[in-house]
Amino acid sequence: MKPADFEFMAAMLKSESGLVIGTDKIYLLESRLMPVARKKGMKDLEDLIANLRSRRDPRLLKDVTEAMTTNESFFFRDIKPFDLFRDVILPQMIEARAAKKSLRIWCAAASSGQEPYSLAMIVKEASARMAGWRIEIVGTDISTEMLEKAKAGIYSQFEVQRGLPIQMLVKYFKKDEESWRIDPALRAMVQFREFNLLRDLKALGQFDVVFCRNVLIYFDQATKGQVLEGISRQMPSDGVLFLGGAETVLGISDRFKPLPGYRGVYGLSDGPGAAPAAGAPPGPAAPTAGTRPLPGKPAFPTKR
Amino acid sequence: MKSCLIVDDSKVIRMVASKIMNELEFKPIEAADGQEALDACLKALPDAVLLDWNMPVMSGIEFLRALRKLPGGDQPVVVFCTTENDITHIQEAMEAGANEYIMKPFDSEIIQAKFAQVGLL
Ligand SMILES: C[S@@+](CC[C@H](N)C(=O)[O-])C[C@H]1O[C@@H](n2cnc3c(N)ncnc32)[C@H](O)[C@@H]1O
Repeated sequence: MKPADFEFMAAMLKSESGLVIGTDKIYLLESRLMPVARKKGMKDLEDLIANLRSRRDPRLLKDVTEAMTTNESFFFRDIKPFDLFRDVILPQMIEARAAKKSLRIWCAAASSGQEPYSLAMIVKEASARMAGWRIEIVGTDISTEMLEKAKAGIYSQFEVQRGLPIQMLVKYFKKDEESWRIDPALRAMVQFREFNLLRDLKALGQFDVVFCRNVLIYFDQATKGQVLEGISRQMPSDGVLFLGGAETVLGISDRFKPLPGYRGVYGLSDGPGAAPAAGAPPGPAAPTAGTRPLPGKPAFPTKR
Repeated sequence: MKSCLIVDDSKVIRMVASKIMNELEFKPIEAADGQEALDACLKALPDAVLLDWNMPVMSGIEFLRALRKLPGGDQPVVVFCTTENDITHIQEAMEAGANEYIMKPFDSEIIQAKFAQVGLL
């Protein structure tokens, strides 16, 4: 690929989805875009890039952007954040929203649906404590293709074995030929919408809990900061944000503070329960602390 | 070091599983059927058992029922690992006291994920 073509592609991807790619990823560009070119009946990448430059086909721009996203996901990914949601955050919300009886949860990079469905399972298991509540789980993603898969709720044998406890498989899935189909009741608990995180988040409304996991890693610092800032404005003062294992707000946005003792979980800086502002010594939950249980905090054993 | 008893009548599967166990820092112990596995458990209970279903001499489910009746036999974490992939088999395994269930084919990623879930890692 010509350097000018690479630069054009990199700039285009950054403005479309926030994705930052370096020249070390040329091979990735080529291997992901060749199938798009072929599907469109173009002879090579030069053809595809020429077409993009002329902006003749908006659909092509979308296909190229989507082809460059990394969509890997699995149920209860990393386990701990979901244990924390179930054992700490959800009970807190049940108490805090006892009068309002409503809860809105957002999965900001829902991909093929494993994350919002994992949350739906947890909420469903707690439904006895939330009788009469209005609970919304919204899963958004930039990728139409992934959202189609999420909406279908059909997973391969391989996918249902990555992270999903067997009891949950038996309880919430039905075998359909060689695949597994999610229970319609669980499916109905989650709404899926196409949404680009670079856009104005206002249209989505307010969320009590936000899972924005394993998507900021693809963005540069400035974009991460903008997205975090945007998310903070869509949360009430006691809202809670979950980030992925390799992500943090530290040094990127001062709108959020780590919730001490709960790795990967953040509250608003001006909200309750947030860690003291800058200058405080790093608590036991500093992102370097690893995943070991913290003194004085429950260890959230995974149920056998 | 934790130990994992690998019970499968296929030598190839035992080899693959042993290799994965070594990577996960488990000491692998191999058994070719349920009876051999039970004999091994009578000598020393392993921390984990990776268990096939269909085997000559004694099947995986028969072994599991016998294991759970042994003194301390409720301790080992038992993960089925079988080609049987229908709900009926899974339920039967859970009722007999299995902790997790892997549907073959498996790879190290699946074993690792399942072991993490049951708190072995
Ligand atoms: C690695 S997946 C993460 C899935 C899930 N959150 C998890 O942690 O398993 C990243 C997802 O982010 C989506 N994505 C990338 N850029 C985006 C953007 N600008 N707006 C919305 N979604 C985006 C991709 O389509 C992809 O499905």
